[in-house]
Amino acid sequence: MNQTIGGVTVTPELLMFGGIAGVAAICAVGVVAFNNAVRSALCLVVNFFLLAVLYFTLNAEMLGITQVVVYTGAIMVLFLFVVMLLNLGGVKLINEKADPKKFVGILLGCGLFVILGAQILPPMLQALPLKVSPDMAKFGGPEAIGRTLFTEYVYPFEAVSVLLLIGIVGSILLAKRRL
Amino acid sequence: MADFVQHLHPALQALIRVVFFVLPSFLIVPGLIWWERRLLGWMQDRIGPNRVGNITFSRTSRFVPSLLRGKKFRLFGLIQPFADFGKLIFKEDITPSAVDRAIYFIAPGLALFPALALGGTIPWGPYPWLTPVADVNVGILYIMAVSSFGVYGIVLAGYASDNKFSLMGGLRSSAQLISYELAMGMSLACIVMATGSLKPSAMLANQNGPLWGLDYPPFNLIQNWNILTPYGLVAAIIFSICMIAETNRPPFDLPEAENELVAGYHTEYSSVKFAAFFMAEYLSIIVYGIIWSTVFVGGWHLLPFRFDAMAHAYPAFGDVWNFLDTLNGSSLLAPVWVIAKACCVATSYIWVRGTLPRLRYDQLMSLGWKSLLPFATANLIVVAIWIVATKVSSPIIGWVAVLLSAGLLYALYKAINRLNSANRPNLESRSITMVDEPPQRREAELVDPAPAAT
Repeated sequence: MNQTIGGVTVTPELLMFGGIAGVAAICAVGVVAFNNAVRSALCLVVNFFLLAVLYFTLNAEMLGITQVVVYTGAIMVLFLFVVMLLNLGGVKLINEKADPKKFVGILLGCGLFVILGAQILPPMLQALPLKVSPDMAKFGGPEAIGRTLFTEYVYPFEAVSVLLLIGIVGSILLAKRRL
Repeated sequence: MADFVQHLHPALQALIRVVFFVLPSFLIVPGLIWWERRLLGWMQDRIGPNRVGNITFSRTSRFVPSLLRGKKFRLFGLIQPFADFGKLIFKEDITPSAVDRAIYFIAPGLALFPALALGGTIPWGPYPWLTPVADVNVGILYIMAVSSFGVYGIVLAGYASDNKFSLMGGLRSSAQLISYELAMGMSLACIVMATGSLKPSAMLANQNGPLWGLDYPPFNLIQNWNILTPYGLVAAIIFSICMIAETNRPPFDLPEAENELVAGYHTEYSSVKFAAFFMAEYLSIIVYGIIWSTVFVGGWHLLPFRFDAMAHAYPAFGDVWNFLDTLNGSSLLAPVWVIAKACCVATSYIWVRGTLPRLRYDQLMSLGWKSLLPFATANLIVVAIWIVATKVSSPIIGWVAVLLSAGLLYALYKAINRLNSANRPNLESRSITMVDEPPQRREAELVDPAPAAT
């Protein structure tokens, strides 16, 4: 029943993953394609949400939930607000002349595609074997992540928390001049 | 029957759970609307809807069986929500010309999403097929994540309506939801730390244990409901305040404050779209009620008694204890108790609405940031100390450590408060001076009017 395309077995999970990934990609295009800034922001919200669902299908449920809580739930609301309150008017067309930025951008985009392709194509063409982690089911749970954060990566973790604290103190200082 | 269901495919079990438990629990919504109106009417010394559904049969008609002639049947206005719903559906659906069409249409649906999506996280009973749809190890975080979506429906409705009052309502709502989510997450984190798991089912299993972790009578005969522990009580109070703020109910209904913002974010909505917002509010009341009862008051158990432990301790009355255990929720009665607890929470929502006036915006923010959040954080510290002390020595030492640390934190709070208030005057106090005082009424007017002469 399960077909194989290249070296990959087609399972219902894979089809679901593909479908969600496709919609997420369409939303990502929508972010830059829409003229209306609020629509773009909403596309980004849907994209973040679908990304979280993708994490779920990959057994990384902790990462997926964090994605929703932090990005979709908090950061995007603020984004949406800034966009709404700026009340961007209609579209103003800018006549762009030959811009070196465009050329560099296209070059970087092609580079990204090459890197991604180099990862995806060899297993598809059965040139390289797929690397499968032995216990995929456990690696994304809160226990595994907590253990890694507080043993292997404890110094970067603490450094990041100090950085966040500095950010908070700085924002309070900026917002409240007279304390 | 329970055995039969257990052998079905997991997807079919999930379907059974959704069709027979999650969806019917939403049928409470019309009843809840009726109950709110009747209860508020009673609290405000008026009648409320009491007419719809009353049937009075004719006394003379030949078409009425003689048994029913002249009989009256009262339904206490229970049909009123259905009449209201019919009215909302058949109203003209007005879409203002300036709205952002796509977003204007999406917003009511988005408002319904969190309540419907949270329904899947609830453990309904002691059988595996009654546990949450996805009992992954992030259940509580899932609740936080999905409830944070609640803001989108309101904010987008406010924006798309192209009305300054609606936008103000959306703005207020987002500020309110984001600030109260923090305290809510902190109070949930206390329970998560005490349980040691993010699964709602593990949280319930922990609450079935002996009270305060003391495994001897009389403590091992009482369940360890989180609300019966000191930190759990604090967390429950904080969570219930945040829960009311998250559902935009009075006294936290600033997004739809009638005397300031017309109707807030749903000013421009009519007919079915307004009904969707209305439904979303009541659905989320019920869903939050169920979550509250699951996290703090033992979910599907009616009373905090461990009848299985009693059967073990006093085997002479074994059958009595087993029967009481069955009544207490270790049977198919479990979903009934879950719903009953949710209804109690909903009633207290209505009670709070009938009691407290709406908060001012600065009061709302200072309650969330200056009171609830520090309180929840202090609670988190106390829980951490309790865990360490319990693991190092015994449960009793743990509770002594809880008392000591709570006292220490309170002293610290008092000291900081004194230092702060010594430096700056208290700007919060307000007083009213009547410039034009009404003339004092004379004694004679205050006396009750004499009964009419006979």
